[in-house]
Amino acid sequence: MSDAILRAENLTKCFGGLTAVNTVSLELHVGQVHAVIGPNGAGKSTLTNLLSGDLSPTLGTIYYVDETHGRHNLAGMKSDRIARLGIGRSYQKTNIFLPFSVFENCRIAAQSRQQRAWRIFRGAAGYADVNAVAQRSLQAAGLGDRGDMPAEALSHGEQRQLEIAMCLATQPRVLLLDEPLAGMGAEESQRIIELIRQLTPAHAIMLIEHDMDAVFAVAHRLTVMVNGEVIESGTPTEIRASLKVQQAYLGDAHGGFHG
Amino acid sequence: MNPKRAWSLPVVLLACLSMLAMFPLVGETFYIQLLTKVMIMAIFAMSLDLLVGYTGLVSLGHAAFYGLAGYVLARVAPQYDSANLWTTLPLALGACAAFALLTGLLVLRTSGVYFIMVTLAFAQMLFFVFHDTPIGGGSDGIYIYARPLAKIGDTTLLNLQDRRIFYWFVLCLMAVVYLFLKRVLNSNFGRALIGIKINEHRLRALGFPTFRYKLASYTLSGALAGLAGYLAAAQFGFVNPEILGWHSSGSVLMMVILGGMGTLHGSILGAFAFILLQEALSNQAWFGDAAAHWQLAMGLFIIIVALLLPRGLMGVSSLFSARAKQESGIE
Amino acid sequence: MDPAFFFIQLLNGLQYGLLLFLVACGLTLIFGILGIINLAHGSFYMIGAYIAWSLASMTGNLALAILLGIPLTVLLGMLLERLLYRHLYARDHLYQVLMTYGLILVFEELRSMVWGDDVHGVAVPAMLSGSIPLTENLSYPVYRLAISGVCLLLAGGLYWLIQKTRLGMMIRAGSTNREMVQALGININLLYTLIFSLGVALAAFAGMIAAPVSSVYPNMGAQVVIICFVVVVIGGIGSVWGALIAAILIGLTDTFGKVLVPEYAGISTYLLMALVLLWRPEGLFKRI
Repeated sequence: MSDAILRAENLTKCFGGLTAVNTVSLELHVGQVHAVIGPNGAGKSTLTNLLSGDLSPTLGTIYYVDETHGRHNLAGMKSDRIARLGIGRSYQKTNIFLPFSVFENCRIAAQSRQQRAWRIFRGAAGYADVNAVAQRSLQAAGLGDRGDMPAEALSHGEQRQLEIAMCLATQPRVLLLDEPLAGMGAEESQRIIELIRQLTPAHAIMLIEHDMDAVFAVAHRLTVMVNGEVIESGTPTEIRASLKVQQAYLGDAHGGFHG
Repeated sequence: MNPKRAWSLPVVLLACLSMLAMFPLVGETFYIQLLTKVMIMAIFAMSLDLLVGYTGLVSLGHAAFYGLAGYVLARVAPQYDSANLWTTLPLALGACAAFALLTGLLVLRTSGVYFIMVTLAFAQMLFFVFHDTPIGGGSDGIYIYARPLAKIGDTTLLNLQDRRIFYWFVLCLMAVVYLFLKRVLNSNFGRALIGIKINEHRLRALGFPTFRYKLASYTLSGALAGLAGYLAAAQFGFVNPEILGWHSSGSVLMMVILGGMGTLHGSILGAFAFILLQEALSNQAWFGDAAAHWQLAMGLFIIIVALLLPRGLMGVSSLFSARAKQESGIE
Repeated sequence: MDPAFFFIQLLNGLQYGLLLFLVACGLTLIFGILGIINLAHGSFYMIGAYIAWSLASMTGNLALAILLGIPLTVLLGMLLERLLYRHLYARDHLYQVLMTYGLILVFEELRSMVWGDDVHGVAVPAMLSGSIPLTENLSYPVYRLAISGVCLLLAGGLYWLIQKTRLGMMIRAGSTNREMVQALGININLLYTLIFSLGVALAAFAGMIAAPVSSVYPNMGAQVVIICFVVVVIGGIGSVWGALIAAILIGLTDTFGKVLVPEYAGISTYLLMALVLLWRPEGLFKRI
C-alpha cells in the first residue's frame, strides 16, 4: 500500500462549549476510497470542513504530501491555498454558480489552476487548455451534452453531478466528497458510483455517505463516527462484523445496514 | 439568446454614440456643458458598477476617489496657469489608485453591511481631511482658474478650454472606459470577479485567492472614479469637500441601480436619467417655487425605485408583465 | 493641561460618547433584529432635536417638549415601519441603503420647508441650569451630567428590557427565528413595529436632550449616523458592550482631539476605526 497522501492526526474542533470533532485521526491513500459514515450530527461534515480549510481545527494536524511541493501541515491554512495544493471538495448542499451555464461552472473551476489573472485583455473563453479540462470533467460526470444549459435549470440530481464535475475540473489529487448521492435516484446513483470507481486509481478519495450500498460497493476502508468521535475504523468486512458499530450506529434488532 | 437582441445592443450604443458626437455641432452651450457633466458621471457610475454590479461589493464611499482626484488637480495646478494634462492626470489617477489600494487592504477585511459602513466612513474621513486640515481649502474649496491643457512643450494638442473640444474629449474617454471595462470583464480576471459576486465561498474553495481579486477590482474602480473626478474638477474649475460627501456617493450608487447594475451601459443610462431628472426637477421655469425643493421629489423617486424597481429602469416592463416578472425572478 | 481642565474634557467626552451610544443602540436594534441598515437613523436624531426646539419655543419648557415629542416620534416610527421599512425586511442591503438614502433627502427637505435652514439654540431647563464648581475658576454644567445620567439610565433600562422581560425574550427570539415566533402566536408584525419605533424613539430622544448643548442645525443627522456606524464597526455588530466601549472611546478621542489637535480631530475617529480594522476586523467584541 502506498504511503498516505493525507494524514489527519487528533483533529479536534470546538465551537464554544460544543466539541463537534474530537481527536479524530484518519489517513487517505491514492488508489483508495476511505468512507466516513455515522448518524446525522456525528461531525462528518465538520471533519470535511476541517480538511478543506473551510474551518480551522482547534487542535490537531493535517499532513499532506505533495510531489511537487513537499510536505505541508494544512491545519489553519486558508481554503483557497489548500485547494490549490490539490485537494478538491464537493459540497453536501449544492454549491454551484446558478446563473452561469453548466459549462461555465466547470470552466471557472478549471480556471482556478491556470488563473492568468493579469491577462485582462484576453477573453476567458479562449483558453483551449482550460476549456478541454472543463469539457472532460463534464463528460466524466455525465453532463457532457448539458454544457449550454443554465445551471439553475438542471434537475437536483444533475446539479449534484455538476457539483462533482466542478471538483474534478480543478484536477485534484485528493477528493473530499460530501454526500454526493444525496437526493439522487437509483440510476443516477449508479452512474456516480461508477465514476468514483473510475477515479479511484489516480486519486485519494474520502467519501461521506448515508447510502450503505454505495459505500460498501466502493470503499476500501471505513471509519465510523458517532458524536464527533471515531468508534471504529477498518476494512468493510471488519466494520460489518463489529458489534460496537451495530449498537452505536443502528441500535435496532434488525441488524444489517441501512442508509 | 434571441438572435434579434444579440446584435441590437451594439447598434443602439453606436447610434447613441453618433448622436452624442454630433450634438456639439448643433446644440446650445448650456446643453453641451450639461451633457459633458452627464458623461463624466457616466464614467463615475461605470467605475462603481465594476465594484457593485460585477464584484458584488457595495461601496457607499466611492466619492472619496472622485473628490481626491479633483483635489490633487487643484493642488498641483499652477495658480493662474493651465496645468499639463499629461502630468496631472496620471498623478491624480495614481493617487486614487494608491488610496484605493491602502484603504482596500483595510475595508476588504469586512464584508456585507460592515463594508458599506466602512467605505462610507473612509470617505467621510477624507472629507474631514480636506475640510479641516491645511491640505484642503476648508469648506470654501479651491478654485482651478484655468483648465488643464494637453500640451507637449509649448504646443497645445488639445485645447480643452474650448467646451466643444472638452466635450469630445470626455465622450472619447467615456467610450474608451466602456470598451476597456467590457474587455476586462470578459477576461479571466473579470469572470473571477463575477464569480465572487455570485458565490465567493465556492470560488475560494475552488482555489481562487479572492481577497487579491477584490483588492484589484477596488483599486481599478477607484482609479476610474478618479478619472471622472479629475474631469469634473477640470470642467467646473472648483473643488470643495462636498464632492467627497455621502450625497455624492449616494447619488452615484443610485445612478448604477437606476440604469440596472451589472450591465455597463446601464450605468451610462442611469447617469443620464439621474442628472436629467435632477435638472428637470430643479427647473424653475417648469415647477416654479417647488423647484427649490427638488430634493424632496428626488428622494421620493429614489424610494420608489428602491422598493419597486430592483432592476432599475430595465425592470420597468416587468412591473406590467407577469411573465417577465417570473423570468426576472421578482415575486 | 491642568487637572481640572482635563477632568472637564473627560466628562465632556463621556457625555458625548454616551449620547452616541444611545443613538447607536437604536441603530443596532434595528439592524440586529430587523436586519435593516438604516441610513436615515440620523434623520430621526435630527427630527427629535427640531421637534424639541419647536415645542420648547412654543411651551417655553424643554421637559414638556420632550414629553410631548416622544409620542410623536413613536407614531412617526410606526407609520414609517408600516408604509416603508416593512418592505425591506428580506431585501438585499443595497436596496435598504438606497431607500433609506432617499428617505434622508426627503427628511432634510421637509425639515427645510417646515423649520427652515437656520441654526437654533435650545435653552437648558431651569432646574438643570446650574453648575457644579470644580475649582475656584472652573465649574461643570449640571445639564451635561444629567445627559450622561439619563443615557446610562436608559442603557440600563434597555438591558433590563431585553434580558429580563418577556417582551425582551420575544425580541431576542424574533431576531433568530421569525417563523417560530409567529407559530407561537406572537404577532411578529406588531413586535417588529414596536422594535422599530423603539429604535426611532431612542435616536429622537438623544437628539432632544442633546439640543441644548449641540444646537439644532441642518445636516446634524448625517454626521451622527456616520459616527454611529463607526461605533458599530469598532464595537462589533450585535455587541451592546462593544457599542458602549466604542462610543465612549470615540467620544473621548473626539473631545480631546478637538482640544489638542483641532485640525485633525475630525479624522481621529476614522483613524481609530482604521486601527481596529487592522487589528480586529470583526470589531473589539464579537457578538454576545
